[in-house]
Amino acid sequence: MTLTKHLLGAAATLALFAGAATADPALIYDLGGKFDKSFNEAAFNGATKWATETGGTFKDLEITAEAQREQALRQLAGAGFNPVVTTGFGMSDPIAAVAPDFPDTKFVTIDGYVDPAAHPNVLSIGFAEHEGSYLVGMMAGMKSTTGTVGFIGGMDIPLIRKFGCGYAQGVVAAKADAKVILNMTGTDPSAWNNPTKGAEIAQAQKSQGADVIFAAAGGTGMGVLQSAKDQGILSIGVDSNQNHLFPGSVLTSMLKRVDVAVYDAMKAGPDLETGVKGLNLASDGVGYAMDENNADLVTPEMIAAVDAAAAKIKSGELVVHDYMSDNTCPAAQF
Amino acid sequence: MDFATIIQMLDSTVRLATPLLLACLAGLFSERAGIFDIGLEGKMLIAAFASAAFAVFSGSVWVGLLAGIAASLMLSFIHGMASITFRGNQLISGVALNFLASGLTVLLSQSWFGLGGRTPSLEGAARFSEITLPFADAVRGVPVLGPIYADLISGHTILVYVALALVPASAWLLYSTRFGLRLRAVGENPAAVDTAGVSVVAIRYAAVLICGVLCGLAGAYLASLAAQFGREMTAGRGYIALAALIFAKWRPWYALTACLLFGFLDAVAIRFQNIDLGVFVIPVQFTQALPYILTVVILAGFVGKAIPPRAGGEPYVKER
Repeated sequence: MTLTKHLLGAAATLALFAGAATADPALIYDLGGKFDKSFNEAAFNGATKWATETGGTFKDLEITAEAQREQALRQLAGAGFNPVVTTGFGMSDPIAAVAPDFPDTKFVTIDGYVDPAAHPNVLSIGFAEHEGSYLVGMMAGMKSTTGTVGFIGGMDIPLIRKFGCGYAQGVVAAKADAKVILNMTGTDPSAWNNPTKGAEIAQAQKSQGADVIFAAAGGTGMGVLQSAKDQGILSIGVDSNQNHLFPGSVLTSMLKRVDVAVYDAMKAGPDLETGVKGLNLASDGVGYAMDENNADLVTPEMIAAVDAAAAKIKSGELVVHDYMSDNTCPAAQF
Repeated sequence: MDFATIIQMLDSTVRLATPLLLACLAGLFSERAGIFDIGLEGKMLIAAFASAAFAVFSGSVWVGLLAGIAASLMLSFIHGMASITFRGNQLISGVALNFLASGLTVLLSQSWFGLGGRTPSLEGAARFSEITLPFADAVRGVPVLGPIYADLISGHTILVYVALALVPASAWLLYSTRFGLRLRAVGENPAAVDTAGVSVVAIRYAAVLICGVLCGLAGAYLASLAAQFGREMTAGRGYIALAALIFAKWRPWYALTACLLFGFLDAVAIRFQNIDLGVFVIPVQFTQALPYILTVVILAGFVGKAIPPRAGGEPYVKER
């Protein structure tokens, strides 16, 4: 039985990767799914940009369960793909488990963290989400007429609290007496794909006076953006530029340049420099989105104030507190 | 906490409880007839997808609703074939249908719309609109009763009222009609029903198909509320509905209470993240886990006893 299983597994793997040229890069998406209009789609866009520019090909894979993480890494590394780029914080441990078995393959984790001393073939990329969230928080604070704004996170993990904490700091910086309502959708992965509950939370926040809501919640965020539009209030998108989803209702989007990170990793190819890399405001790793869809919502004064704060953050004059550094937040209570 | 907050939370409770109630009643019909159904989640999911997809194509929410019911009925029929006609294991069939729905919805959605398992957003006539009951605006000024009528009772979509009306309807059907008596008997002692000359198979199929229709309503409600279909958007509501069914001891009015309670807990968790009681703080995770904890408590027999239909899960074999 086990032998048959192994043979079948091997056959399936061979079939899956038959004809794959070696040293092509591979990309594994997180549970949110490839076309989430947000985090993973940004990764896909970065990879596509690399493919069109260089004429190269890449292999991409969507996992559907936690248990598939390690399996997917082993399959892709075993089939000769290099580097293997992954998105999502959940990849840290699986990569740490797989990386020693494939010393010649370079692994990249976006949002995860793997000890560079123990695993020399891994690149951990982290974003300064708190800095980008701070900027959109300032916008929310300035735009709000009620003095109350909302934040809706997906799954309650430190990374999402980092978004919320940066946002709250930005809101308070723009309007000292503003109130920030913080909600998390849930505590299990289904919290990333629960638009109905997202919409319900948005309604609850509106009834508490919120008139701008920042959603950092994957697929759940779609429900938040929709509900904000239905109720005639404003929302803020996340990761990718989501301004176009509901034009005139999305105030701005907190950009996290996952696309740039993936593009750079694929461009470097097998010669990728490993270690730990931080992408922040100064390196254009995070930011806020302006385009024709939200041009009417944002005043020049708001842009001037936000850009001034951005300049201060870049120069180090202003430090936005990072929730993950000590698991506390000066501006908000979780 | 002021009066307006309470009204708002109860309003939220009704919206959150509706899909649970529809799914719970669906499970009630199926399980009362002796067919366990853990495929409620899958049926809701495929109904949500079909209703959203066909509402997008046609621009009409009613076409979407019918498509949702049809899709859910299809899964019900497969479940019926597997567990009634072919006497298969009902739990395994249910799990398989959940997987089928989970994969099929994303696959079809991706190939039809190319949005990664999402459907485009539903707008205008493709969604159920909120119904304002007569005089809602006129009586809003009346103290206490005014807001209750105008904000809590009025202003929901048609499916909310349908779901609430289905509770007495189900109770009447199960306890006051010949069909209901036979349906309950099939779940307790199918051999006796067979001896009386009534077809066990026909009654069980009828129950399973009623279950399909109700799950179809639940799915269409979710899709209309979120104004789109998104992958796995039922987010475990089918399982919570099963928990509510056990909590309700397989009775329609208790099902209403259980679903409202679970909806209320959800609304509390949304409105108050951590509840500070002064002495200690109740974390939001506890409120979110409460439905499951309550179900376990009931199952363990601490509060009353939950006795499932006796012939539940057993395929009926006429002769050996």
